[in-house]
Order: sequence, then C-alpha cells, then structure tokens
Amino acid sequence: MLRFLVRRFIGAVVILFLLSMVTFVLFFGVPRDPALLMCGKTCNPDSIANIHHVLGLDKPITEQYWIFLHNLVMGSDQFAQGPCPAPCFGYSYHTNEQVWGTLMDRLPTTVSLTLGAAVCFLFIGLGTGLLAAWRRGTLIDKTATAGAMVISSLQIYFLGPLALALLVYQTHWFDKPAYTSVTQDPAAWFTGLIIPWVILSTIFAAQYTRMARSSMIEQLQEEHVRTARAKGMSRRYVFFRYAWRGSLIPIVTIFGIDLGSLFGGAIITEYTFGLPGLGNLAVQSVFFSDLPLLLGVMLFSASMILLFNIIVDAAYAFIDPRVRLA
Amino acid sequence: MTTLTKEAGAPHPAGAGPLLAVRDLYVSFRTEDGVVRAVDGLSFDLERGRTLGIVGESGSGKSVTNLTILGLHNPVFTTVDGEILLDGRELTTARESELERLRGNKVAMIFQDPLTALSPYYTVGRQIAEPYMKHTGAAKKEAWQRAVDMLGKVGIPNPRERAKDYPHQFSGGMRQRAMIAMALVCDPDLLIADEPTTALDVTVQAQILDLLKDLQQEFGSGIIFITHDLGVIADMADDIMVMYAGGAVERGTTDEVLRAPRHPYTWGLLNSMPRLDSDLGAPLSPIPGTPPSLLNPPSGCRFHPRCTFQDRVEGAGRCVRERPLLAPDRSSACHLTEDQKRTIFLEEIKPGLG
Amino acid sequence: MTEENVLTAPRGKDAGADGEPLLRVSGLTKHFPVKGGFPIRRTVGAVQAVDGIDLTVHAGESFGLVGESGCGKSTTGRLITRLLEPTSGSIAYRGRDIGHATRKQLAPIRSEIQMIFQDPYSSLNPRQTVGKIISGPMEINDINPEGGREKRVRELLEIVGLNPEHFNRFPHEFSGGQRQRIGVARALALEPKLIVADEPVSALDVSIQAQVVNLLQKVQRELGIAFVFIAHDLAVVRHFSQRVAVMYLGKIIEVGDRDSIYTRPRHPYTHALLSAVPEVNLADDDSGGRERIRLAGDVPSPISPPSGCRFRTRCWKAQDRCGTEEPPLVRIPGNREGHLTACHFPEEPTIEARDEDIVLDPALAALEEGQAE
Repeated sequence: MLRFLVRRFIGAVVILFLLSMVTFVLFFGVPRDPALLMCGKTCNPDSIANIHHVLGLDKPITEQYWIFLHNLVMGSDQFAQGPCPAPCFGYSYHTNEQVWGTLMDRLPTTVSLTLGAAVCFLFIGLGTGLLAAWRRGTLIDKTATAGAMVISSLQIYFLGPLALALLVYQTHWFDKPAYTSVTQDPAAWFTGLIIPWVILSTIFAAQYTRMARSSMIEQLQEEHVRTARAKGMSRRYVFFRYAWRGSLIPIVTIFGIDLGSLFGGAIITEYTFGLPGLGNLAVQSVFFSDLPLLLGVMLFSASMILLFNIIVDAAYAFIDPRVRLA
Repeated sequence: MTTLTKEAGAPHPAGAGPLLAVRDLYVSFRTEDGVVRAVDGLSFDLERGRTLGIVGESGSGKSVTNLTILGLHNPVFTTVDGEILLDGRELTTARESELERLRGNKVAMIFQDPLTALSPYYTVGRQIAEPYMKHTGAAKKEAWQRAVDMLGKVGIPNPRERAKDYPHQFSGGMRQRAMIAMALVCDPDLLIADEPTTALDVTVQAQILDLLKDLQQEFGSGIIFITHDLGVIADMADDIMVMYAGGAVERGTTDEVLRAPRHPYTWGLLNSMPRLDSDLGAPLSPIPGTPPSLLNPPSGCRFHPRCTFQDRVEGAGRCVRERPLLAPDRSSACHLTEDQKRTIFLEEIKPGLG
Repeated sequence: MTEENVLTAPRGKDAGADGEPLLRVSGLTKHFPVKGGFPIRRTVGAVQAVDGIDLTVHAGESFGLVGESGCGKSTTGRLITRLLEPTSGSIAYRGRDIGHATRKQLAPIRSEIQMIFQDPYSSLNPRQTVGKIISGPMEINDINPEGGREKRVRELLEIVGLNPEHFNRFPHEFSGGQRQRIGVARALALEPKLIVADEPVSALDVSIQAQVVNLLQKVQRELGIAFVFIAHDLAVVRHFSQRVAVMYLGKIIEVGDRDSIYTRPRHPYTHALLSAVPEVNLADDDSGGRERIRLAGDVPSPISPPSGCRFRTRCWKAQDRCGTEEPPLVRIPGNREGHLTACHFPEEPTIEARDEDIVLDPALAALEEGQAE
C-alpha cells in the first residue's frame, strides 16, 4: 500500500510538472498580451515594454519557467509587492495580491459548497437508487427512474437562475446566496449556501440514483449473489452485504472524480450564484490573462483531481480484495 | 444440532413418500419477445440418499427446474404452476421466510462456475460459516471452526489457514471443493448440483465427482445432478431423467436408460457423442436440426421436427398432433410402441455405437 | 535464414509431397513477462506458457493437441498462426521460418493458415452480414474468384451446410452451431492448407458438437486441409485426429499416433488424463474396466514450474532423478515408430484396470479409507 502511494504521488508530481509546462507554452502561444489589459488608456510601446520588464515577461520563456519553478519550491523575495514564501505562484497581475493567499482565501467557499452538496447528493441519490433497485419493476422504481432521467438532463445554469427567481426574488423566502465563514456565523453560512447546495445536489443526486440503481441491479444478477440466496441468506442481507459491496466500485470511482473536480472549483455553480470560490477565480484568471493566477488555479485544481484519483484507487483495495496495490 | 428448524424436520415422517416430489410443474418467463415456457409439465420423484441425474442440452429446462425448487426465480417475471413437495411440504406456495429456512439447510446447491458463484469480497471461511450461523444459530467462532472442518473434509490442504483466503486465491478445483463444503455445511437432505464440473479440467473433474460420491455416502443426502455430459451422468447417477424442450422425455435407472434407451432423443445423444472406445471409421451421427425455441415450441411431440423415426409411428401425423406422455416409472415419452423401441435400438442404434 | 529465403516460394506446388512436412515447429517457446518491482516496474518473471516444444504436421493430416487449462495448447495455436510472436524457436511453414516474419512477409502465408475459434458468439462481427464476414478475407487479400466473390460465398455456405440464400443475414440470426459453421466457411474462404481449430466445438451443445465435428472432418478429408485440432475433450480429439500430442505445463509430454496415445500410453499423465474421462459403459456386463487414477490438487503455476519433469509434483512414480533431470521426448523401448514419451519411469502400455487404484487426492483417500472400514 505504501509503495503504491509513493509511486502514485511521484506520478502525480510528474503530471503536474508537465501540466504547468503545457500551460506556460499555451499562454505564450495565445496572441493576447496581459500588458495590454494592464496599461490602460495611455498606452504606448514604451509603457508596454516597461510592464513586460516588471512582470518578467521580456525574459526568454525557458528562463521564466525556471523562475516559476524556483519560486514555487523555494519562495522568493524578488517581487515588488513584497515577500512571497513557498509555494509561491507570484502576485496576480490583476489584483496585485499573492496568488497562494488568494487561493487559500477562496478555498473555504468551494469546500463548503462541495462538501455540503456531496453529503446531500450521496444520501439522496444513493438512497433513491437503492430503493429503486430493491423495488425493481414497481411503481416506486419507475417513478424514481423517470424522475432521475428528467432531472439529470437539466443544467445548473437553468435550474440555478430559476431557483433564484422563485425562491429569492419573487417570494423572498431565502436570502440571496452568499458565503459567510462557518466559524464566524454558522447560521448565515447555512442559509447563504442552502440554495446552491440544493440545486447542485439535485442534479448530482439524479445521476447517482441512476448509477446506484443500475449497478445494484447488475450486481443482483451476479452468480455469487444467487449463491448467497441459495444458502438461505435473507434478501436484505444479500442486498446490503453482497450486492452493495460490488456496486461500490463504480460509485466510488465516479464520486472520486466528481469530488476532485468540484474541489477544483464548481465553476458554473459558483458563477451562477455569485459565490467567491475557486471556480470564479478560474474564470477571472482567464478573463484577465493573469498568468500567475491561472497557473495557481490550474495546478491546484489538477492536484485535487489527482489526489482524489489516488484516494479512489486506494479505496478499491479496501472494497475488493482482488485488487492488490503495489 | 439445536435449532428449531432442524428439530421440526428431524423425525422424518416414517420415511413415507419421496424426499422430493415434483408434480406437473410449469414455469414460464415473460420476456420482451414473448412468454418462454421453460418447464412444461414436469413430474419426478427423488428418494432419500439417491442420485437423480438430469440430462439435457441448453434450454431443456433442467436448470430452471432446480432454481424453482429453491424459489430462486425472479417472481416478477416468472409464473410457476404445479407442486413441489419436499418431505411433503409444498414449496411453490411457501412464504419467502420459510424458503429461506430451507435453503442452504435442507436443500443446498452447487453451481457450475465456482469463480463467479463465490463472492470475491468475503473470505472462503466466512462464506461457508455464514449459512451455518444462520441455520443452526451457532456462534461466530463455532461456525468458523465448522467451516475449517468442512474445508478439511473436502480436501483443502491446511484448511485453518486457507479459510482466511479469498476465492481468487484458490485454484479452480479448490474453489469447487469450497463450494461443496459450503453446500454440505448444514448437512442438507437434498443437494442440487448444476453442472458442477463443467468448468473444470478433466483430472480435477474426476476428483470432484469421486469426492461428491464419497461425501454422499457419509452425509446420506439425495442429489439432483444436472449435466449435459452422459459420461458424467453414467458415473454419478442412480436414476436418469432426460429432458428436452422443457419436459422429461425418458426416465429409468442409469443402466436402463444408457444400455437400453427407448427415446429417439436419447439415441441421438448417445450417437452424437464420441467415446474413447467408439468406432473411428464412421462419422458421428448427430441429431439433425437445432433445439427448438421455447417461445414457440413445436406442437405435439416437442422432438418431432428433429426425429427420424416419426414415420414409423402408427397413425400419420400423430407426433405432430399429440404430445406423448411419460409414465412415472421406467418409460419414454414417444408414440413408438415398446416393441418398436426395443427393436430399433437393438437393430439400428446399438450396432452404430461400436 | 536471410530475408530472401523467407520470401521465395517453395519449389514444388505441394511441399508435403517430397517428405517435407507442412509445418515443422522446433524449440517453440513463449514466455509472457510478469511485471513488478519497486520503484520502477520491470519484468520480474515470466509465465512459461509454451516452453520448447517440437512438432510436425504433414499436409492433409489432422494433428490433435490435448491438455488441461494452462498447458499452453491455445498459446501454441496462436503461435502457429502467428497471432503471437514466439519468444524463441522456429515455426517452419513449408520450409520457410515464419517465427519472426514481419507483417509483410507473413501476408502471403496468412491466407494459407487459418484459424477457427472457440466462441462462435464473440468471434463473428455482429455488425457485418454473413456474406461480408466470409468474403472479408478475400477482399483483404484481393482475391477475385471466378464468378465473383458472392458466388464463392454461396458455395462456401453450401459446403458448411448453411442455406446459401442466407448470406445477407447477421450472425445473431443464427444458432451457436450455425455460427460455428460460418466461422468454418470464413476459414475456408482462402483455400487454406492448414487450419488451426482452437476448441471449435466445446461451446456447443452435445447434439450440435457432432454436426460440427462431422463438418470439419468432411472439410479435412475432401479438401485435403491439414488441421491442428486443439481441445480438452479427449474423445473428440481421438475422433478427429490421426496423431495426438499431450501437453502439460507448456511441454509436450507424449506424442504419437492415435492408437498409441489412447490404448498404449506410457506417460503417467496420459494415463491419469485418460482414466479421468467419465465414460458411458455400453457393454452389457461390467467387464473391461479402465484403470482409476485420481491425481491430487491442480496444475502448478506456469510462472515457476517444477524443476526437471514438470509432472513430478503430482506423479506417483516420481523419484529424485525426476527433479534434477528433465526427461527428453524420445521413443522409449516398447514404443511404436513415432510414439515419443518424455518420462524416466514410463508406465506399461495399457489402460486396463490395475490391481489397485491410484488415489493421490488426500480427501478422497481418507473418505474411501473410512468407508472401507
């Protein structure tokens, strides 16, 4: 297990390294100069050259990349804005704030949104899916399947504004979604996030319902499940001990991918509800051609996805004894 | 053993009646293409301690019959009609909880492919101990010890350690031994073995077949042994029932059915199977055509589209119109007269068997 | 052998005529690497699927290959058809070594060596019509038979006993036995000289098996095609093959004409194998019993096979010598011409019942002992 983890973490670092390189090359390959956005109305070639010099963009790309790597690992005090301890992505071109600090500021919003929604959609989605599989072929099953089908074909950018319009602007039952730190005011944290949670988890729950149902039904047709029934184990026992164990593999796989990408920023949800999370930050970094911020968000999201991938693979070993990690 | 279920069944009602009696069993499934009549009017008995071999090809209804005995068919899509009496107790109408008490306890089952029939997620020991705990109320430790003992009995070397292994750590033959240990752990009265050696290599198959025979002597269970292999059935069974397209076409003792078969389908099976001592000069004589679809089975005798003897039956077209019946004892469901059956076998079939 | 040599066609039309066998395999070996290690994955071992086998197949002959799962018989078939590349050894087809031939060099030979697979369900493309499946090999090899490909497809369907009008149907419209016939027709499309049939009937029902075996036999005899017939069913192999090789853990342990292998076997494993086949005794009395040998356990892992004779771990005659010295596959005293056995302590050439059964399985021995008391 330890060997597996070490190997996978080394692999993840290599991937991140390659990813940063690709991002770098692409950034300079795109004909869009951040200096043009920064120098404002009185722009002339001199001031652009000056901005290039200040940002270090006049250096060769390889040298810039080397500086980026050096700063990331060692930190740097070469920045005009102030010192920048490791992991240093530099300062945002747009806000002049330290990128790592900004990421850490935004992270609690994304984590709150993701975790809250994940709890909801796991319980509701899996619960409904299991119920449908248990009552396969009945009205309950058909209703759940049809409902899940309809809901999972909806989109956040449709459901979100609809919910806002109905629940916030029309009826004033809820406050406009906003983020308050949970340590500051738990009640405000909860009420501010309830609508995004519900909307985000509705769509996910529908997908998990379908997945849980289909993988349970598949498992229930496995021969070893029939064997368990043939030796007199009750239907409930077989359902939850034998079939459920097998269904966990696809569920955990998808859950890991979902959680990883949500932690990297639920872009559309955050944008729809105006929540200041990592997803919003990603949009902003692209919009302003903000290389340090872009690299920061990018690598952070990627590491989240990689991390959850490793967690999922490690989880396989606990679920299925046939999986040997080495 | 000190459980309620066992005690209730313990004093056999003076050994009266057969262990298992199936009467006019009809099983059909609803599918997208229509209704599949998988078992179509089947009756048979099994006496205590004896082995009934059921021979048939895919789609003959042999496996469905046995899943129905245990009530393991999907009730949503399946219609069951007729009677299944285990020790005089009706099973087709029995409640689920009653069936659960019987399964793995009085009636146990061994499946074809032990790799897929054992759960990959639990240790072999636990899978064997589970039904023992459930049916005898034994404590965990006691049940584990019983599982280890059973593994030793079926010839798993070092059973104490191997009980902690998962099925994928066992070889194919050992998995089937574990499966047998699991089936016999509660000392069942009836053991249903559904093609238990088809997935195994021939030397391992021989070990498993001998093991089953020896264990039957020790445990005294009645066995229903399902297979498509006449050689295996000859080795295992006391009595044989040949099934075709959802019904029985011939029954009798093993000697009777294999040495003096009376049904054209049984002749066909014997003819089409090469043996280690068969004549090499002549080609095999296969049964023409293919097994019928059970969505739309042939009228009259189910075998008539593939039968080469129907023109010898008295009364033209009788095989197409009228379904021949199978008597309870030694008999075959065919419109040929007993004399015809005897002479055709002796004069036309037997010489070809070499 | 130079590339030139590989490419030149053999002298005569049929190389089998002047004594040169159609296929001569020598020292054929296939090891599949096993990966492992830390921190960098590397090859840490090998599954010795096939480990140095020699065999010859003559033109028009049917050669049977029997053995239990994991003995390497299927791998051998795939090596001969060059679906796999051997680790070492040579495969000489009509005198040309195709063991390491490139795709280009293989192209003309591929049409002469065809394969029939076990599973008639997965070996036919479900999205192609039968006509397309059977004419596919002709298209790839750019063969335009007289009267067009469609006419040839109809002919082939007729040969394998299917309705020629059905060439526009899809595989799912056929039963298992009929699909296997389609597989045979596809293999025949290029008029091959050699067909490797890997368990061609074991997925079929008993009554259908005989139909397909008869078809293959007809094809073999009437078209003069040589067969390598791979199967685990000893009776079917006996029925089909003139010569038979028995494999165990990647080695041929005994080879000979059918009669020698089935009635005068010398290798203990061949004895065990034959005695394990359950048989219907059709005799009116119980005379002529066969010997009863029950081995213990399963076949060992081909990753680390036993030293010396590979069968020694399950053999009742094994002695120290068997562990140190690998028995060569030779004609031992008492064998007929062409009957080779790889054993230091061969058995008597008979399969009659012995004075005492050989029961090595400990559970069986214990149970039988208990009942004897």
